[in-house]
Amino acid sequence: MSGSDTFRAEVRQWLEANCPPSMRMPVKTDQDMVWGGSRITFHSADQRLWFERMRDRGWLVPGWPKAYGGGGLEPRELRILEKEMRALGCRQPQYNLGIWMLGPVLLEFGTEPQKLEHLVPMARGEVRWCQGFSEPSAGSDLASLRTAAVRDGEDFVITGQKIWTSHGDKADWMYALVRTDPQAKKQQGISFILLDMKTPGIIVRPLGLISGKSEFCEVFFDAVRVPARHVIGGVNQGWRVAKKLLEHERAAMSTLSSGAAPSFDMLTIAKSYLDAAGPVWRDRVAAALMDQQAFSLTMRRLQELMLAREDASGVSSIMKLVQTEQESAKHELLQQLMGQRALSLDSEGFTPEELAVCRFWLYTKSYTIAGGSSEIQLNIIARHVLGLPT
Amino acid sequence: MTLLLNDEQRLLRDSARDFLATRSPVAALRALRDRGDERGYDPQLWHEIAELGWPAAVLPEAYGGLGVGYKGLGAVFEQIGRTLAATPLLPTVVLGGGLLAEAGSTALRDFWLPKIAAGEALFALALEEAPRHDPTQVTLRAWSEAGHWRLDGDKQFVLDGHIADRMIVVARSSGTAGQQAGLSLFLVDPATPGVQIERTSLVDSRNAARVRFSQVQLDGGALIGAPDQAFAVLDAVLDRARACIAAELLGVITEAFERTVAYLKERVQFDVRIGSFQALQHRAARLHVEIELLRSSVAAALEAMDAAGNEAAELVSVAKARASDLSEKALNEAVQMHGGVGVTDALEIGFFLKRARVLQQTFGDGSYHRDRYARLRGF
Ligand SMILES: Cc1cc2nc3c(=O)[nH]c(=O)nc-3n(C[C@H](O)[C@H](O)[C@H](O)COP(=O)(O)OP(=O)(O)OC[C@H]3O[C@@H](n4cnc5c(N)ncnc54)[C@H](O)[C@@H]3O)c2cc1C
Repeated sequence: MSGSDTFRAEVRQWLEANCPPSMRMPVKTDQDMVWGGSRITFHSADQRLWFERMRDRGWLVPGWPKAYGGGGLEPRELRILEKEMRALGCRQPQYNLGIWMLGPVLLEFGTEPQKLEHLVPMARGEVRWCQGFSEPSAGSDLASLRTAAVRDGEDFVITGQKIWTSHGDKADWMYALVRTDPQAKKQQGISFILLDMKTPGIIVRPLGLISGKSEFCEVFFDAVRVPARHVIGGVNQGWRVAKKLLEHERAAMSTLSSGAAPSFDMLTIAKSYLDAAGPVWRDRVAAALMDQQAFSLTMRRLQELMLAREDASGVSSIMKLVQTEQESAKHELLQQLMGQRALSLDSEGFTPEELAVCRFWLYTKSYTIAGGSSEIQLNIIARHVLGLPT
Repeated sequence: MTLLLNDEQRLLRDSARDFLATRSPVAALRALRDRGDERGYDPQLWHEIAELGWPAAVLPEAYGGLGVGYKGLGAVFEQIGRTLAATPLLPTVVLGGGLLAEAGSTALRDFWLPKIAAGEALFALALEEAPRHDPTQVTLRAWSEAGHWRLDGDKQFVLDGHIADRMIVVARSSGTAGQQAGLSLFLVDPATPGVQIERTSLVDSRNAARVRFSQVQLDGGALIGAPDQAFAVLDAVLDRARACIAAELLGVITEAFERTVAYLKERVQFDVRIGSFQALQHRAARLHVEIELLRSSVAAALEAMDAAGNEAAELVSVAKARASDLSEKALNEAVQMHGGVGVTDALEIGFFLKRARVLQQTFGDGSYHRDRYARLRGF
């Protein structure tokens, strides 16, 4: 047996023994997701068990170095673990913006003390992070952000406003972009800073979503003092950190359908409604399933290209766009296929599945806006992949 | 298992690209068309292709096969799509060679496969009867009579039917149109009395014959495989052809797309290059996205032809449906984005549009394959 085979066998055995059966069921509702942080909530004993076992192995972040609380797995081993978890249908033991997006840039840009201070608790699932990038007048044009950070001794004093901050009301810490040089060119006066949400002067206000859930917030800063040592990657050097982080965000959004977010098995649901719906709908379901299959084949091809160290930029550029549009289109299709049955968010008289499809039809509308809208993705492809002129 | 090409397949692809670029650019197809060539292909080119070994690519090794698999042959078809080379590769090698290798007797295989591998015999498949592809909609009758077989009925859209040395005819020996059971395959010499072949030239400047079989009498040995049971082998071999056509369409689409993007970077209107207009940028970016998705689907279909797993048919339908649909969209866009010059015969884009449309219909378009896919997935 090769080293990989031994590792694979060990992993499989450990997962079989340690992943409770109820943690191998598809994620269906928000209650099925455990968000890490100081106020972590478990909805079942199995959730806690699975979270703790994975945490104690360093497998909340299996690919991070052991020195920062990670599992220390090589890329090849990491892929094996991911594959085995998929094969068993294991849920993610924890959800956290920190591990998806902040962690990787801290590993790349952080100083040693910064890494030790922030990565270790992150690896234990003890801190919930939120992202303070967007502002009322800085959305797609993120670099036009205005929230000001002014140096005062050992601190920066932050004044301004963020918006669309997902889970801002539940987060312990925020990573934010602030303007530290108002005179410099747009991209050059920005710093990337970490701040504790309990710092005086921060006000968080939830905003309602069309899907009924309140998941994102406005965050106001009134002379908030943040130690300067929390700047990552250097003062006025934040834009390149942010760009890197957005790449990780896009990558994370490319895997929404593989268990990262609640999702429905389209065919299983569609089958119970197709008979009443007619041949046009059968054609549309087949087309949507083909779309999904083409996407997962492309995901496979992307991984193979990267493993073979071939140029994968043309392929990776499409993944966020395709995944988010497909997830949105899929819920659109299901919602319409179910007809009058999927027109309620919360009433008696509908199955939990019907209510969930209606809710997710609305919720997935945000997929093609957040993390760089579809239009912005198309701009990137046109300019950087196809080389079209500006 | 991988969707990427191995070194040997890559080498084959590169040599096919270089060979076709010099020996059979789009201008060669234009020349065949303009001189009203009777055969519709260039025997000298075919001879050189045979020397390169393409006809042997997927034959069993005992018959001189190269062992590069359908992924290797598919890479060749993709290059064919890029220059629109007119070759008998699909009907002769994939269909004729495939059916003989899968269903033919040892005697038939021993006689014909070496000839196919050497490029010395051309084959055609006489299958279609209706306006739209459906291999169950066969009504051409076959019955046995005093130790002979007899065929009676009409076929159309027989690719390369007018140049083939032999035809493989799909006939109904029992049952009724629409049924899978009751189909049989026959090897027919076009010179047999009662066989009447009429060449039709298609919009892409290649050929598909109409063939009439009037009380044609064949000897007992003309039957390929078991009577009434041909559907499974026919559909499996058609799947290989569909995968290769999807690969060819991928080549057609990418070539036309690259030419279009180049034009967007060069054509100036309103004092700027038209590629700076976001309305065009987004449409081009969308095509790039679809092409990447198609490339993965085609690779998976070809891989499945080599691995013969139980998802093979589904993967082929995904690839053929997507290739067919995208070819329609991508070529229409290519013409539109060229403006007036796009609809002139002088520009080669029109040739790509026409080839794409013929390949779209060949062995099932998007709606055919979505229907088939739905059946395969149990709904
Ligand atoms: C559910 C959800 C969660 C989010 N979570 C967070 C978070 O946690 N933290 C955070 O910082 N932000 C978050 N966002 C914000 C998100 O990043 C922005 O919504 C996004 O960048 C778009 O900005 P905007 O909303 O201001 O839209 P705008 O930029 O105003 O866009 C409006 C429309 O114009 C189009 N458009 C804009 N510029 C161009 C262009 N150059 N070319 C063509 N079309 C263009 C857009 O595509 C869009 O259709 C979240 C958003 C959503 C929906």
